[in-house]
Amino acid sequence: MKIKVIVTLKSGVLDPQGKAIQQTLNGMGFANVKDVRQGKYFNIDINENDEQKAKLAAEEICKKLLANQVIEDFKII
Amino acid sequence: MNSSVIIFPGSNCDRDMDVALKKFGFKNKMVWHDDDKLPKSDLIVLPGGFSYGDYLRCGSIAGKSKIIQSVIDFANSGGLVLGICNGFQILTETGLLKGVLQQNKNIEFICKNIFIKINNNENKFFSNIEKNILELHIAHNEGNYFCSEDELKSLEDNNQIAAYYCAPDGKIDEKSNPNGAIKNIAGIFNEKKNILGMMPHPERMIDQYLSGEDGSVFFENLIRNLK
Repeated sequence: MKIKVIVTLKSGVLDPQGKAIQQTLNGMGFANVKDVRQGKYFNIDINENDEQKAKLAAEEICKKLLANQVIEDFKII
Repeated sequence: MNSSVIIFPGSNCDRDMDVALKKFGFKNKMVWHDDDKLPKSDLIVLPGGFSYGDYLRCGSIAGKSKIIQSVIDFANSGGLVLGICNGFQILTETGLLKGVLQQNKNIEFICKNIFIKINNNENKFFSNIEKNILELHIAHNEGNYFCSEDELKSLEDNNQIAAYYCAPDGKIDEKSNPNGAIKNIAGIFNEKKNILGMMPHPERMIDQYLSGEDGSVFFENLIRNLK
């Protein structure tokens, strides 16, 4: 089954790319954009039919590789 | 003294490091990332570069390669491990060193000479070193060292900060911080001080005609300490 994962920087961790995007948007006329945080999205196809098991595997995958928990949080959706 | 330099796909400072180690008397071997055993070594070096194209996060994929378990075992048994630039990033990704190297604060790739001030001389890397301020080279996009406040406190309490970016006179200030690293940190140790990770490249400073010689000071001292 397909599992979707979003990895984002923890709040408080500096996101220079997000900041640059926000400033660019402001410059383009989107004056109401206050903040942008950039993240990563993963679409993982796991050879598993049991949703619970697949999500457990995805959690392990996130902890061990996809997210660096010093600065990142992950969400399985 | 025997050293080994690990090569990952995308490493590009491995041969510079090989030249530097040999110049100062190491018998160096190059080790492919897909090997599972390390040759007998007194020093393991993870070189700079862009292992796996910096995919996912810098150093994250290399940190899971086959040879890494042997490097972790070697480090945990007290063996000396040096990670330069991408090597430093790999060491943080394996968990051997605390924290993480984030993108430079100014979102620019920085390639220039900088100065570092050595903060702890009580270890094999820096004890008896002739100079406390070294002019070295940096070339990175992700050198902005970051860790949590608790981790920073424990790094400071255990004297694990190896070097700070500084002005030529040794003053540690915001102006001499090239990449936004927390507290101007250029390099750190593990708790036992047998693992050193740092962003600056000593291997690029071993020739008076090409660059400078403060890297020579580092390598000469290192091999002296190991003998």
